[in-house]
Amino acid sequence: MPNDDIATLRRILKSCRTIAVVGLSADWNRPSNFAAKYMQQHGYRVIPVNPRYEAVLGERSYARLEDIPEPVDIVDVFRRSEDVLPIARSALAIGAKCLWQQIGVKNLEADRIARDAGMDSVMDRCVKIEHARLFGGLHWAGVNTGVISAKRAG
Amino acid sequence: MTDRAFKAETLAIHAGQIPDAAVGARALPIYQTTSFVFDSAEHAASLFNLQTFGNVYSRLSNPTVAALEERVAALEGGRAAIASASGMAAEAMALMTILQSGDHVVCAGSLYGGTLTMLSVNLAKYGIATTFVDATRPEAFAEAMRPATRAVFAETLGNPSLVVLDIAAVADVAHAHGVPLIVDNTVPSPFLCNPIAHGADIVVHSATKYLGGHGTTLAGVMVESGGFPWGNGKFPGMTQPSPGYHGVIFHETFGDFGFTMRARMETLRVYGAALSPMSAWQILQGIETLPLRMERHCSNALAVAEFLRADPRVGWVNYPGLSDHPQHALLQRQMRGASGLLAFGVKGGPEAGVRFIEAAQFMSHLANIGDTRTLIIHPASTTHRQLDEAQQRSAGVLPDMVRMSVGLEHIDDILWDIDQALAKAGA
Repeated sequence: MPNDDIATLRRILKSCRTIAVVGLSADWNRPSNFAAKYMQQHGYRVIPVNPRYEAVLGERSYARLEDIPEPVDIVDVFRRSEDVLPIARSALAIGAKCLWQQIGVKNLEADRIARDAGMDSVMDRCVKIEHARLFGGLHWAGVNTGVISAKRAG
Repeated sequence: MTDRAFKAETLAIHAGQIPDAAVGARALPIYQTTSFVFDSAEHAASLFNLQTFGNVYSRLSNPTVAALEERVAALEGGRAAIASASGMAAEAMALMTILQSGDHVVCAGSLYGGTLTMLSVNLAKYGIATTFVDATRPEAFAEAMRPATRAVFAETLGNPSLVVLDIAAVADVAHAHGVPLIVDNTVPSPFLCNPIAHGADIVVHSATKYLGGHGTTLAGVMVESGGFPWGNGKFPGMTQPSPGYHGVIFHETFGDFGFTMRARMETLRVYGAALSPMSAWQILQGIETLPLRMERHCSNALAVAEFLRADPRVGWVNYPGLSDHPQHALLQRQMRGASGLLAFGVKGGPEAGVRFIEAAQFMSHLANIGDTRTLIIHPASTTHRQLDEAQQRSAGVLPDMVRMSVGLEHIDDILWDIDQALAKAGA
């Protein structure tokens, strides 16, 4: 049973500020770069996790989650589903609050590990698209956000 | 927890519009502006690169138009939508985004005349071939498929043929060949039929008709289901870097609304058939009452069909809402009503039909459907005039056909006007 209704996603995206992006590419037109740049522009601190780079999007890149010397709220995973399990264990080890598997990424065992440890867990969704869906921007692209509300936008 | 699935009556009023952040306006503001300021050069660059979402120029997107787009997407159960200057523009946007020279389309033969011409003449000019088939036979679509086929096109309820498309069966034919089914859902409106639920991949509307409902404003909408596998190898424009938009790979970057993003950035942006904010606002005023209006259009049309069928001055009546119509069972499986359009022949041939139209007192003789007013027309001499008789027959237009779009006047008054006009037509 997924726990990714609008209220839950809003709470995660409002309470979390630091996102470690595992598998972040330095190529501007790759989806991971699109998503991370968007999150940076919307006030989140993005920490790249990719051994191939020294830095991405102006931030130092780390080889492993365990190397990051500061607290991480969301571990955002741009890797194949079968590679997520050790990342989930690392996310747990560094005290992250949320394991977020990107759109097309869905490892049920990793999801279970995160939930059992009391973390939030989101699968098969894009952090950028969900932020844009719930906080304004995606609506302007004509997308069906599913948001029905009499409260002000924002 | 999962989110509530709101019903059409609620979506028609709320989807796509929440009170705006700046002033809290409850009704939708009309953002009558061509352009939007950038916060910084960096913000501008991100918007142009599509790295962030926002408004740049109203040919691409506009907050008032976006409310219409999301509302129709929600009513159709689709992923995303784009509004356009007319229904024809919505069809052109869907087809031109998918197709290129050398491609082939399999299309229902019974179609609105403008659509027929777009495919048989205008797109043919750019090297796109179309085979027209009998829309009542899903196997006719299968027989017409070729290796170069890249789309199947049909109307859910044909105008003016009133042919009911077996959406699921034709979607299966399209999907077996790895191509999308595009349907024009104008006549039922999203309240009576949701083609995506039956397998359609793209839905287009002339919002000028029932969605607006008031006969004041032209508009069109194209809706994407979000379910079509654009990465299946047949659509390189979706999966390779876009030469038309600095290298963006639409399918990879935008996933299940990549087709809509591509249509917006490559087709709407370039060909420019954008909807004005004022028009979007007017269509949205109509959509709020769409469910109520469609119920009355259906009940009035059924009463008119039954009246005409019982009248000896009338030769034939075509309304799929009649229980003895050959496609009535199919209609009931796919739609919650047969809408307000019907066709009939006045005894005495085309001349009697024309006399009937001219004798009407408040039924309006004009080339539109889906108005609050009852509308009548003789398609063979008007909407389908550019086709020869054989093409007219294949489009479902008979020489003596009168098309009626039954309005929201009192049913007793509509029947009175029909009765007095029939009396004069026979004289």
